[in-house]
Amino acid sequence: MKVIAKRPDSLTDVQFTYCPGCLHGVAHRIIAEAMDELDMRNNTMGVAPVGCSVFAYKFFDCDMAEAAHGRAPAVATGMKRARPDMHVFTYQGDGDLAAIGTAEIVHAANRGEKMTVFFVNNAIYGMTGGQMAPTTLPGMKTTTSPYGRNTDDIGFPIRVCEMLNTFVAPYYIERVSLLTPQDILKAKKAVKKAMQYNKENRGFTFIELISTCPTNWGIDPIESLTWAKENMLPFFKVQNFRDKGAEAGK
Amino acid sequence: MSEKVLMKGNEAVAEAAIRAGCRLYFAYPITPQSELIEYMAKMLPKVKGTFVQAESEVAAINMVYGAAGCGKRVMTSSSSPGISLKMEGISYLAGANLPSVIINVQRGGPGLGDIQPAQGDYFQATKGGGHGDYRLIVLAPNSVQEFADMASEAFDLADKYRIPVMILSDGLLGQMMEPVSFKPTLTAEEIAEKEKIHLDWCMRPNEDEPNHHHHEINSLEIDPNVLETHVLDLEKKYKLITENEIKFEEYNINDDNQIVCVAYGTASRIVKSAIDQLSEKGINVGLIRPINVWPYPSNAIKNVLHKKVKKVITFELNLGQMVEDVRLAVNGQIPVEFLGKVGGLVFSPDEVIKKIEDNL
Ligand SMILES: Cc1ncc(C[n+]2csc(CCOP(=O)(O)OP(=O)(O)O)c2C)c(N)n1
Repeated sequence: MKVIAKRPDSLTDVQFTYCPGCLHGVAHRIIAEAMDELDMRNNTMGVAPVGCSVFAYKFFDCDMAEAAHGRAPAVATGMKRARPDMHVFTYQGDGDLAAIGTAEIVHAANRGEKMTVFFVNNAIYGMTGGQMAPTTLPGMKTTTSPYGRNTDDIGFPIRVCEMLNTFVAPYYIERVSLLTPQDILKAKKAVKKAMQYNKENRGFTFIELISTCPTNWGIDPIESLTWAKENMLPFFKVQNFRDKGAEAGK
Repeated sequence: MSEKVLMKGNEAVAEAAIRAGCRLYFAYPITPQSELIEYMAKMLPKVKGTFVQAESEVAAINMVYGAAGCGKRVMTSSSSPGISLKMEGISYLAGANLPSVIINVQRGGPGLGDIQPAQGDYFQATKGGGHGDYRLIVLAPNSVQEFADMASEAFDLADKYRIPVMILSDGLLGQMMEPVSFKPTLTAEEIAEKEKIHLDWCMRPNEDEPNHHHHEINSLEIDPNVLETHVLDLEKKYKLITENEIKFEEYNINDDNQIVCVAYGTASRIVKSAIDQLSEKGINVGLIRPINVWPYPSNAIKNVLHKKVKKVITFELNLGQMVEDVRLAVNGQIPVEFLGKVGGLVFSPDEVIKKIEDNL
């Protein structure tokens, strides 16, 4: 019998805790596939955030640490410095990374920590029931912006890739989308490239994954994909911001 | 032990930590502990160690969390305002059973306070500070030598109980120079040997396939029944520590003490010289000096309450924090008096003598 599809070895068989239509599971899967394909599982450690993916430490089948809200890049720094022979990644939501953990991500990126950060942007706080995130779009309604995000009052969404791209040290920065099967294939390529660079200890690598939150957006899963395409992608453009590996190859 | 050298407390404890196998240190500058971070910045690279100047104390303690999760001897240090920022991380370290060493070179507070010695962080160190039911082992030195000796002791205790250990020092001990001698430097093999006890839980490569391990560093237990078990396990550990790790000094404790004083750290030095001067006058006063302030030497205090002792007097560089533990130990048997000094000031022996004489 030929196996044509299976759970990646880098995922445990613990059942995901995600809502129907949520794309965290897709993000987990492509990261795990990349780890399998690059044969990294046995010397990789991950850091789970606080957010819907808080249980990521149970899902990825490598050694894992659960960090305090926003602190994953600092925890990962300690891990990488303690075990430079191993490979470290963090997995974080937009509240975790771009609000409470802004200082930690900025400085880990600026130091050029040799790690990969997977940043899942769903424009909302999922875990706590749909409050406004630093990435919530202008006019978008959430439980704490019930009249729509008022940019006069609370400012505009933060574009994290663009911000980190102002630093000298980062090695690879790319924004991808998980909104169509083709997008997911492209996302997988970027994820794998980041992990490949990680394996080679090249430097700080950062992948933002544009995602959805049907439950808290109050939109069904299929329509959520359309909504995100129409509303998120114009603001958060899918693009490669930096690839020092490709530059070196030129 | 090495030959004696004259050193500041901050530098001595840093040197002692390196000798005790600390190869990872993360911190953020703050007075009056900056000599410590500067010493580590200079010396760690020479022993292939790692120093990272973190973007904040919050980041520094979380770097400690990551490195401790890898089973390595790791340390951070700060002074009062920075220790407040570390409290989130300390709670997580305690919840995840992570061995680590934290040094607080206390200064005056609250808020930004000042940069002079104080003991205002006693409650924070011994009663929590961060959220949740947890304890730290808290060591309180009163000399540069003891400050340095506590570095290796702190790492050994942290390893033994898988617990964060705090050295509760102050600006005077950090800045003051005294002669100090050091224990021999642990070799790389000796450090590796010490860290071996963590291999069955820490994050490390999966070298032993097919026995693949999946180690989790974590303080989250979403099921209340599981969390209950976890917290009760912590309690068991804290009870064991209370049985084994109480440490105190008796100074001039005898059957004829009229008054027994209780003081720790810098305050205890002044009380000692007051006791010496009083004994020249024929006044017999003893001192119980807690060396570890958690677990607390309650029985040591209880045991000196015999007929001749009229009062217990607690001396602290704060408004009265440890005195609550003294009162619990004395449990109403005799009066407990208190003299405090705040603002980063230190009382003089004469002020201590007056307080004692007023209570004779
Ligand atoms: C210090 C602290 N503050 C607040 C919280 C509550 N909290 C848990 S998850 C979360 C938001 C997470 O949102 P995001 O990072 O966008 O991830 P998502 O849940 O959308 O995947 C918040 C505010 C917490 N756990 N800790």
